[in-house]
Amino acid sequence: MVQQTDVLIIGGGVIGCAVARELSRYDVSITVLDRAWDVAEGASKANSGIVHAGYDAVPGTLKAKYNVEGAQMLPALCEELGVPYRQCGALVVGFSEEDRGTLETLLARGEANGVPALRIIGKEELLSLEPHLNPQACCALLVPTSGIVSPYELTFAFADDAALNGVRFRFGAEVKSVERLSDGSFEAKTEHDTWRCRILVNCAGASSADLHNQLSPEKKKIIHRRGQYYLLDRPVSAPFERTIFQCPSAMGKGVLVSPTVHGNVLLGPSAEDIDDPLDTETTQSGLDSVMDRVRLTWPDVSLRTNITNFSGVRAHEEGGDFIIGPVAGSPGAYEATGIESPGLSSAPAIGRALAEMISHEQELVRKERIRPYEKPPIPFREMTPAQQQEALEANPLYGSIICRCEVITEAEIVAAIHRPVPATHIDAVKRRTRAGMGRCQGGFCSPRVASILSRETGIPLTEVTKNGGNSYLLTGTLTENAERSDRT
Amino acid sequence: MNREHVDILIIGAGPAGLASAIAAREDGIESLLVLERESQPGGILRQCIHNGFGLHRFSEELTGPEYAQRDIDRARELKIPIECDTTVLSVSPDRVVTCISRENGLRQIEAGAVILAMGCRERPRGALCTPGTRCAGIYSAGTAQRFVNLEGFMPGQRVVILGSGDIGLIMARRMTLQGAKVLACVEIMPYSSGLNRNIVQCLQDYDIPLYLSHTVTDIKGRERLESVTVSRVDERRRPIPGTEMEFECDTLLLSVGLIPENELSEGAGVSISPATSGAVVSDSFETSVPGIFACGNVLHVHDLVDHVSSESFRAGHAAAAFVRSEKRESVFLFVQDGEGVRGTVPQKIQLPPAQDVTLMFRPSGVFRNASAVISCGGKELFRRKAMIFTPGEMASYTLKADSFAGLDGSEPLTVRIEKGAE
Repeated sequence: MVQQTDVLIIGGGVIGCAVARELSRYDVSITVLDRAWDVAEGASKANSGIVHAGYDAVPGTLKAKYNVEGAQMLPALCEELGVPYRQCGALVVGFSEEDRGTLETLLARGEANGVPALRIIGKEELLSLEPHLNPQACCALLVPTSGIVSPYELTFAFADDAALNGVRFRFGAEVKSVERLSDGSFEAKTEHDTWRCRILVNCAGASSADLHNQLSPEKKKIIHRRGQYYLLDRPVSAPFERTIFQCPSAMGKGVLVSPTVHGNVLLGPSAEDIDDPLDTETTQSGLDSVMDRVRLTWPDVSLRTNITNFSGVRAHEEGGDFIIGPVAGSPGAYEATGIESPGLSSAPAIGRALAEMISHEQELVRKERIRPYEKPPIPFREMTPAQQQEALEANPLYGSIICRCEVITEAEIVAAIHRPVPATHIDAVKRRTRAGMGRCQGGFCSPRVASILSRETGIPLTEVTKNGGNSYLLTGTLTENAERSDRT
Repeated sequence: MNREHVDILIIGAGPAGLASAIAAREDGIESLLVLERESQPGGILRQCIHNGFGLHRFSEELTGPEYAQRDIDRARELKIPIECDTTVLSVSPDRVVTCISRENGLRQIEAGAVILAMGCRERPRGALCTPGTRCAGIYSAGTAQRFVNLEGFMPGQRVVILGSGDIGLIMARRMTLQGAKVLACVEIMPYSSGLNRNIVQCLQDYDIPLYLSHTVTDIKGRERLESVTVSRVDERRRPIPGTEMEFECDTLLLSVGLIPENELSEGAGVSISPATSGAVVSDSFETSVPGIFACGNVLHVHDLVDHVSSESFRAGHAAAAFVRSEKRESVFLFVQDGEGVRGTVPQKIQLPPAQDVTLMFRPSGVFRNASAVISCGGKELFRRKAMIFTPGEMASYTLKADSFAGLDGSEPLTVRIEKGAE
């Protein structure tokens, strides 16, 4: 079917959603396409969740510019959107004199980029700040303004705000080809539809270079660099207060040990170049490489409380920097290509910059009225007893605990299913509410969440999926199965 | 928030909670309350529709729901209040229990004694760090059992089972009977952790191969599971390259161990034993926090519900005695695991014991023609020979109260397995 929209944003990751949210303030029709069945299904859901302070990027690069701007925007933005964020600080730890030299370079870069309050500390101060750190560490760059954020919840907030202001989201819509037509408009083909638009925004992450190359004579190449992680259960007391980096290498910022905004401990990522960006499996060798490096930071690490492993794929452009702006040779097309770390930290700034550029060049008119954002409900477990009482009186579904490990109520799950960008499968509910994120990994709650999804969306239980597409949970009813095996 | 008061509050209406409530009521405790998070009492037995329950206690083979119903009926007879759909959010060290339900909202209940009977949960995939994709079709065996037996749905058609715990074995048979093809049961250890009768009745009777010293080393499938790789492991449980077998399947069931669910206990400050992952208790099932008792699978994972019930009756009686302030001398005899033994419960015995003491433990390996020996200092208190000890079958021995005569607690009691001549 031929579909029309003024602005077509390809990719519903944190960048695509940030752009969508900013553009939703203008009087244009906007559609976001994503190959998956939810936003944030690519690298946006599977990364370290660090808000980098901006000491790492080389001054003068787009990475440095947008990182610093984005990191400055995030605290207020997260507050406004109800996204978990914490400025926990970071340490880049050195284990040798050579490392100290690297730290000096980072310090100089950070200062050139305008990162405040950086300083290099010695062993004694370091170990008093983080007593679980390997005592062989000899120095560190202390980064007080480094933070942590929930990357997928940031994406959901951008997407919800955009949807509330008229942006359409279409899932299961992988763009197979894009073309600039002779009249200057664009055509993007998915399996089922042909999308026509005046303005095209390429935020396709891992696939962004493919789209770029279809539109531009200046070719780009993305290297898919997978990072694997361990996620540990919420400890009674956090082993590390701050994000602990090791001195960076050519392959990335190295392996980190970090608290998450939800109180878990994150270990990773590995760095390995792969061919297919959808290969987000974990491997024994990748996981082992993470643990080898983690032990250097945290000699007493134990995997006894490991909850899950996952991997994400960084979109590393060969040139090494972000590519942001108009697509060369295709007026009307814009892009954010090669967005790897610090892409999450940069996302709000990239979204704002692209929207400003597009609205200015395409002469978009600002809407008179913007619908104010409605934050998702405060998680029940984070409410005060008085708030809990009040919530219960307003909605008895708060009295029904669905996920025991994370104490998630039916009210929160129902709310997630009815957000502006609704949760339509188990993983979508999980990321929006944390039901199934705990130590039993959905063993108890997933059948209940499936029932609630079925009830609230009116689909049979056999059509409920883990994360859309063909990821069905159940293969049929017992009766159907008995009939099938009678026939064979 | 109003504060209510009860003499004994029991968390969980599974077999442990029900038995302890019945015992306390039979001892004359009037003010008693059982809280249950599910919508019906019975605990995990509700979904265990196979038979084999109750052989010890009732000398009959009952299904899980039938076994549970006997205790539910008895509790009704005794007018024991059971509040369902109620989740306990916290227990304080001074026994204030905060709970929540749709019907009654948020409540705080002060209890003279608390009995922890929350049961256990299954170890998930993350605990194994199994690499591969994170597709649909990977379930813990108990989750699959719930889908099949309580909800009437099939989780899959071609099944591999990782781990040979009892629920996994039971589900191998259940899925087969329901028309699915169970391709293999894969166990990383050189022996099964399930009951021997389940190996015979659930695998062998259906020609389902059991691969001992094997594990799943890769999981493939982007949306739904497509295949798993199974590899042989060496004696240190590391996969041996070159031994990989690929099984095309849409379902992987995990039966890789149970973990007592002690988050509430830990919140109350109860000491947890690393060997059992349950509370450290005395022979009266009192935890390290006075007035808080624990029994059933939250204390240590049992093989047989009959043993859960008998343990929980004793815990219920002990909690009743606590509420009636029947103080006893507090000289403790500490119990330690000796060679071949893991997780002996109780971890301490009050001297002199008021009644006979049952010691339960898991053998740490397979031992043939060996003896369980219980001794203190140089004195042997108990010795029992057995054809075989295996980790899959909990050992349980009852010592007469008078066998502790003369012990003063200055030396610990040691439980060990003495290897016999081959």
